[in-house]
Amino acid sequence: MSREEHNKWAYSIPGKLALNYIYYLGDFNTKFFTELRDNKRILGVKCPKCNRVYMPPRSVCGRCLSKLDEWVELSDKGTLLSYTVVNYSEPYQPTAPPIVYGIIKLDGADTGFTHLLSEVDAEKLRIGMRVQAVFKDKREANIQDIKYFKPI
Amino acid sequence: MVKKNRNVAIVGVGQTYHKRRRPDVTQVELINEAVRAALKDAQLDIADVDVVVHGNMELFEGTYQGDMWHVDGDGAYMKSGIRITTGGTTGGTLVCATDNIVTSGLYDVALCIGFEKMEEGEATGGITGMADPLWFRWMMSGALSGASFAERLEALTMEQLERLELVAAKLRVQLADNAARNPYAHLRMKLTIDDVMNSRLLVYPLRLLHMCPESSGACALILASEKKAERITDKPVWIKDHVTTHLEDFVVGVITEAESTMRRCARKLYERNKITNPLKQIDTFEMYDPNVWWHMDWMTEFLFLKPGENIEMIAKGKTALEGDFPINASGGVVSTNPIGATAMLRVAEAALQIRGDAGEHQIPKEVNTAMASSFGGSTWSILNLLTKEKPM
Repeated sequence: MSREEHNKWAYSIPGKLALNYIYYLGDFNTKFFTELRDNKRILGVKCPKCNRVYMPPRSVCGRCLSKLDEWVELSDKGTLLSYTVVNYSEPYQPTAPPIVYGIIKLDGADTGFTHLLSEVDAEKLRIGMRVQAVFKDKREANIQDIKYFKPI
Repeated sequence: MVKKNRNVAIVGVGQTYHKRRRPDVTQVELINEAVRAALKDAQLDIADVDVVVHGNMELFEGTYQGDMWHVDGDGAYMKSGIRITTGGTTGGTLVCATDNIVTSGLYDVALCIGFEKMEEGEATGGITGMADPLWFRWMMSGALSGASFAERLEALTMEQLERLELVAAKLRVQLADNAARNPYAHLRMKLTIDDVMNSRLLVYPLRLLHMCPESSGACALILASEKKAERITDKPVWIKDHVTTHLEDFVVGVITEAESTMRRCARKLYERNKITNPLKQIDTFEMYDPNVWWHMDWMTEFLFLKPGENIEMIAKGKTALEGDFPINASGGVVSTNPIGATAMLRVAEAALQIRGDAGEHQIPKEVNTAMASSFGGSTWSILNLLTKEKPM
């Protein structure tokens, strides 16, 4: 039975949650996003104790709780660790389907992060393929300043 | 007496400097400040901690699985973890739950964290948008929706009301003075009685300066089992007992019980701990006071005062820092209110008073026993009883 048919006898009350959250980047993340916006540079951060280079960067190492401030410039090129292709459409999605999500480990980083892939034939996606960041022309200091990654 | 499997003590206390806004840090980093402070206070490393108990008011942080988001800051990576959200009482529930899992024998050293970055969420949107959907959500207008004084006000003469307003203002000034001596407090302003009496009217007789602020901050406590606690610190603060009480009315306005949750909570705590004269047997009280009117009312409820005794105590300065029975030496919730941390700060401040480590706002008289309350919707009450002496 459809919702419309249910609603003929099952009365309901709409929810009203529409909360205007705002999230501050903080001093630490501001450095990352300013570099991304102004210089198209992607910075990771190195934990002096674990020797791990994090991307996305973070000011505290979750593993050992060290304070992190050793910035490392990463390449805009990296390796695809995993991917998935979404073929259906939903209003919350960032772009129209097919959407290719990938986990990319940038050269110089020890961790992968999730972003979009484009300019790619879904059939040709392979774990381990090399990809490169494509930056937006008009950048606004958020992670979407990287438009997507494309195969190289 | 409540049957505890083994004694549990607070061995580390940490909190952030509480402010309206902290745009210089993320939620993860804010929490990390409190965690770092607690570890330093206990002289422990994160590797010494077995479990992390994490909590705030649901929806205020605006992410799913906030405990996982905050892992980098709270130190829970590869440790056991629990997330607790019980609204306004969260900070108190965090202490109760952490005490329970340590006394049970499951874990020896536990870190509990309460936080709120209220500049980022939308507290009133959260409260109103989450109220009972069938009966109350459409009219819920925020934390003050349930603040009804009608049954009290109608019984008072104009003269009595004016006297009450004056005492409320005196109390607010007293709490501001306490907060001025607490470097971590949010509102540390010098207030006069006139400032309070002339502040904007919200819901008669409640004025803006009677009300708690919205703060950003975090609190972290480290709890340890008896053996561990005595090895970690020479000043353990024992969690002797705690009681939680609820009222059946999720929909505000349905009053079917004659006794408040505050009174019921205190009765049970006193019975279990042979407290017949709370003003004598307890040395200080850190109360979750969302506004000074409730502070005055709840004194009577929690402490079993005779009618008018609360007003007399405040008028005579007995609840001031130097008084016989100091209440909220920290400045209380009307001075500092990062909601998920608010109730935990009551326990933290009570513990510091017992240790004698409260600094400038240390109560001059000896503090051996302290009580801390938590409050949340709908009139949910928790009391934590802390002692310097190890419980039998």
